[in-house]
Amino acid sequence: MEPHNDNWKIWEVFIRSKNGLSHKHVGSLHAPDAEMAIKNARDVYTRRSEGISIWVVPSEAITSSAPDEKDELFTPADDKVYRHPTFYDIPDEVGHI
Amino acid sequence: MEFSPDERTQHLLHLADNALILGQRLSEWCGHGPVLEQDIAIINTALDQIGQARMLYQHAGKQLNPALDEDRLAFFRTENQFFNFTMLELPNGDWAQTLVRQFFFDTYNYLQYERLLESTDPALKAIAGKAIKEIGYHAQFSAEWVIRLGDGTEESHRRAQDAVDRLWPYIGEFFESDGFSASAADRNAAPLPSDLRPLWEEKIDAVLDEAGLQKPVLHWFQTGGRRGQHTEHMGYILAEMQFLPRLHPEAQW
Repeated sequence: MEPHNDNWKIWEVFIRSKNGLSHKHVGSLHAPDAEMAIKNARDVYTRRSEGISIWVVPSEAITSSAPDEKDELFTPADDKVYRHPTFYDIPDEVGHI
Repeated sequence: MEFSPDERTQHLLHLADNALILGQRLSEWCGHGPVLEQDIAIINTALDQIGQARMLYQHAGKQLNPALDEDRLAFFRTENQFFNFTMLELPNGDWAQTLVRQFFFDTYNYLQYERLLESTDPALKAIAGKAIKEIGYHAQFSAEWVIRLGDGTEESHRRAQDAVDRLWPYIGEFFESDGFSASAADRNAAPLPSDLRPLWEEKIDAVLDEAGLQKPVLHWFQTGGRRGQHTEHMGYILAEMQFLPRLHPEAQW
């Protein structure tokens, strides 16, 4: 069941499961425009009460990092453990930060 | 099955039969939708309709003496014991025909259920409270589709206009206000169907206008569903829906 023509764009779908949490990427779908993308997302991704808010973004609007630049982008952080706040004690009064 | 429900029960069965027959029809799209997303969407609507039918049959069945359960009412009545609108039993046709039918009926159904929220029948009022959100979504969804089909490509416009022309003769039935519909309105259990017409026309006009579709001018309308008189398609849909429970009446899931 593929669209009969290619004027249906692909949309990325983000769902917020409850108040206070952020929207999370859940998948993608086809739709002719933004409004129908929201409706399709409602029918495809929230049938089992998964969410209270939906964002849709045209997939083509997303810029992603290049997989072959993975080493340059991410490995330099691997040996910088001092960036984790694990070298000092946090006073109890601070609570969660 | 010997079956002579009073007017109150007939009215409840009319609401239930509309939901069941439309739900059964829509379920034929399962696995055949034009795209996966639309396949899922229309089947969600089918399931909503069948859920509404179940609540209404449970309520209607208790009015009968002896009481009948939802399965008896759905699977063991014959054609002339069903009171649904004839539009809802018509074959699905193409996607445009399915969505135009949905748009005509959802719009009517939304106006009707909005009034059922004030029904003097407490059980019907409670059912309406649950169903109205589903029906509100169906009405939005089908209106959006009619606009996109009418205002889409040359082919989608032609198919949508064809669907409007084909289905228009069946809308007259929605607003017939005699028999059990009149007595339900007298009891303030339901709105008088003819009272819903101005708002229905207003909504239909606005959407057809935005879609660039023409409303046909007709002076003759199909009738009969409320009195158990159906089109040639009704027997076939019941045969498909009923043959298994009739072959194995005591079968359990």
